[in-house]
Amino acid sequence: MHVILEQLINGLTIGSFYALIALGYSMVYGVLKLINFAHGDFFTLGSYLGYTVLVFGSALITSHFGLWGGLIVAMTVAAVSLAAVGLIVERLAYRPVYPAGRLPAVVSALGASIFLQNTIMVIWGPRFQAYPSKLIPNVHLQLGDIHITLLQILILLMSFILMGSLYFIVQKTTFGAAIRATALDRDTASLMGININKVIFFVFTLGPALGAMTGIMVGMYYRQISFTMGWNYGLKAFTASVLGGIGNIPGAMLGGLILGVLEMLGAAYISAAWKDVFVFLILILVLIFRPTGILGEKLAEKV
Amino acid sequence: MESIKPSGIKSIATSQRAQILIVIGAFMAYPFFASDYFIDIAFFFGIYALLGLSLNIVLGEVGLFDLGHAGFYAIGAYTTAILNTKFGIPILVLLPISALAAALFAYIVCSPVIHLQGDYLLIVTLGMGEIVRLALINNPFDLTGGPNGVFGIDFPSLGGGLFIDSSIEFYYLIWIIVALSILGLIRLQNSRIGRAWNYIREDETAASANGVDVKNYKLLAFVLGAALAGVAGNVYASKLMCVSPESFTFWESCLMFCIVLIGGMGSIPGVLIGAAFISLFPEIFRPFAMYRMLVFGSAMMLMMMFRPGGFWPRKRGAVEFRSILGAPGRDDG
Repeated sequence: MHVILEQLINGLTIGSFYALIALGYSMVYGVLKLINFAHGDFFTLGSYLGYTVLVFGSALITSHFGLWGGLIVAMTVAAVSLAAVGLIVERLAYRPVYPAGRLPAVVSALGASIFLQNTIMVIWGPRFQAYPSKLIPNVHLQLGDIHITLLQILILLMSFILMGSLYFIVQKTTFGAAIRATALDRDTASLMGININKVIFFVFTLGPALGAMTGIMVGMYYRQISFTMGWNYGLKAFTASVLGGIGNIPGAMLGGLILGVLEMLGAAYISAAWKDVFVFLILILVLIFRPTGILGEKLAEKV
Repeated sequence: MESIKPSGIKSIATSQRAQILIVIGAFMAYPFFASDYFIDIAFFFGIYALLGLSLNIVLGEVGLFDLGHAGFYAIGAYTTAILNTKFGIPILVLLPISALAAALFAYIVCSPVIHLQGDYLLIVTLGMGEIVRLALINNPFDLTGGPNGVFGIDFPSLGGGLFIDSSIEFYYLIWIIVALSILGLIRLQNSRIGRAWNYIREDETAASANGVDVKNYKLLAFVLGAALAGVAGNVYASKLMCVSPESFTFWESCLMFCIVLIGGMGSIPGVLIGAAFISLFPEIFRPFAMYRMLVFGSAMMLMMMFRPGGFWPRKRGAVEFRSILGAPGRDDG
């Protein structure tokens, strides 16, 4: 029994990574109907920036703000920088291509992804980088039979706070209503007086910022980062957002968590080597029987 | 709709015929002026041209988003590799068998998902491509050799002790296959099937209302596209003498997608240009070393800014394309 519970917690931890990255894909897709292939690389870039701050700036920052302060500074620096990078990429790579339609934008997005990935490689080098090991005290909590590390609790707490606040913004505020309206029908929304550019600004700053924070959390959790990891996480996160119903923000969160839990349960009970196959099979089955994803009802494809 | 031409080949004007002859002549003469290294680059240009042509059937002609095409390529390559190393079947005999295996695989896996639209089809094909790759890594039934792949594949034998084993011979092999495929595809573009495909691409509902069997025509596109990718896999496997899962990643599918879009959807000369860009560009910019992929990525973005319809859009489709590309809000592309 305790194996299931532990795997559930591991699954939720990984799932929250997927969910946070998936949000970036889903928001951009909802507003622009564009698969932002560069999003995985936003995540990687955030992770590397956090790494730089924590490794090279740690002595300075931690002496002023303490350990937790250092983490917060790293998160903030990464999030703010990536928000800026997101905006620049939108301006330079996507905006000039929008009028031409969706498929040229896919190539442009892939181009942006190659560009970012290789920028990271040129700056930080092609080898793996390791996050500092003693960032978070290595404390285990024992709840009955279940082990949880402090880091896991912290990651879960933080991702649920981030997701919760995004959920609140999108579902409860007026601006959130504008985002949802834009996702449903961009032309009508702009006719109703919604400033589409503001919505685009929002999704292209918040998505990459969330991705960057996830990048730091992944760095702390696995301690090893590489310049190509954006592809893998991006692929999984994109899968998660489709699973939940692409363009749908609660769907992306749910999809990410489900994907993480399925992956961990698959690894524990079926086979660790086949866990990704298992994940993709579930995805295909869901799409065959429910082509719009779990929560994607409202965004059925127009005929 | 435009008038039906009896044959695409006959309708080519004389001046165009001269140009085509020059291009063919250049391709035939090229290996006599180039070193083995550059002949090999041209060989891979041929492989990418064949892969681009195969994806062009699915993506260009029918407008189906397929981001898992490397899976079909992998099935072709591994069919050749396994049957050749385990049973010693000659490579050229395996050429049609690999095509059939990839086609059969496409038929089986695409049948249940063919009703999906746009991006949902994209993610399902992406998932399938990944499943193929992961399955190859996991070495089912001890057939695929896991992450290392399969080694020791023969060169194609022509009988009588003659083997296709030098760079020049492989160059001619792949480009003869590409040329034959192009001839076949031109015929197909102007046939009833080609027109049905384009009709589905432009307006699926109208096509189905006019009695086009949408589901089966889409499946046919996948099956033919996969067969051609299987052929490419066969030649690739015998050229490299080994296959491994890392040759068939998601990245490879993305490259094929870019070949078709950079060239111009549904345009055969466009696909050749796209393949040239993808295969030659990183080689030409090799002196830039670390920065060449940076330049490559920027070139992709710039290209889409200035020629969003592709480098050589299909002429007949020029009017038709505007309807796809001019409507960014449309979901099913």
